[in-house]
Amino acid sequence: MLKIGNDSFQSRLLLGTGKYPNFDVQKEAVEASETEILTFTVRRMNIFEPSQPNFLEKLDLEKYTFLPNTAGAKTAEEAVRHAKLAKASGLCDMVKVEVIGCDKTLLPDPVETLKATEELVKEGFIVLPYTSDDVVLARRLEELGAHAIMPGASPIGSGQGIINPLNLSFIIEQSNVPVIVDAGIGSPADAAYAMELGADAVLLNTAVSAVEDPVRMAKAMKLAIEAGRLGFEAGRIPKKRYATASSPAEGMSIG
Amino acid sequence: MELKINGEIVTVPDTVQHVSDLVEHFQLEKRVLMIEHNESILEKDHHPKAEVKDGDKIEIVQFVGGG
Repeated sequence: MLKIGNDSFQSRLLLGTGKYPNFDVQKEAVEASETEILTFTVRRMNIFEPSQPNFLEKLDLEKYTFLPNTAGAKTAEEAVRHAKLAKASGLCDMVKVEVIGCDKTLLPDPVETLKATEELVKEGFIVLPYTSDDVVLARRLEELGAHAIMPGASPIGSGQGIINPLNLSFIIEQSNVPVIVDAGIGSPADAAYAMELGADAVLLNTAVSAVEDPVRMAKAMKLAIEAGRLGFEAGRIPKKRYATASSPAEGMSIG
Repeated sequence: MELKINGEIVTVPDTVQHVSDLVEHFQLEKRVLMIEHNESILEKDHHPKAEVKDGDKIEIVQFVGGG
């Protein structure tokens, strides 16, 4: 069971809602993933097109927890504004703090992320900051009251997978709040690896939405995350330099 | 009356007195939306109470796909 703030979730997959080919495929992918938490972002509405389709409005609002992000914010102040706008919908009290500090790598600005986290915790939000894999920064975010830590596996949308498992494992080891590996996941193997490292959950978007068959991939990710978690809970064998036979040596010479 | 909505100057009839009237004017009452009125974010139950005046700055935003 994944616990964030006062809420509990069966699924350990958090799914982004960007870049799907169309709403029908997206809806099917969301269902196949069995996710309970969907991320969104806040943008201006085209007020001259009242019937413009909107994915969130097609969902059973009771069935999902909404995790708005603050994407587009470059300062703590902008992130706080995004979060408050999202909360004014009356649909959510969680927020993924995302303050980008570099347009090329989309890596988060650590200073602004800290400031936004501090402010939003004070304002009573359930705060999930997207951060780099910096171990000390993760600790500082937790000390400020973050309800989960979301270190990136590799740059957003890059599909490079987990490039620093050591740092992620340090973050997982030290954290008293859930660690959700967010960004950079490319394949089910990456998602399973994150879970085997002991992550509490994985947040991904492009790895599902931008593939040829997002519905199939959504299911693959769900299974990978479950498998990775089970593997972690079971406890893997230690790595050894040389072979150890699985079959007994006794009774080899039958004749 | 002229308002600045989402960065654009928009003329609305004088029957629009409150933020909720504005939402109805644009036929957005069934949409999931959030409103910022002169840089102050409005809770939904404040839409019928917030008075709109000429020159006001209004942001009407929604949730869109994102990761």
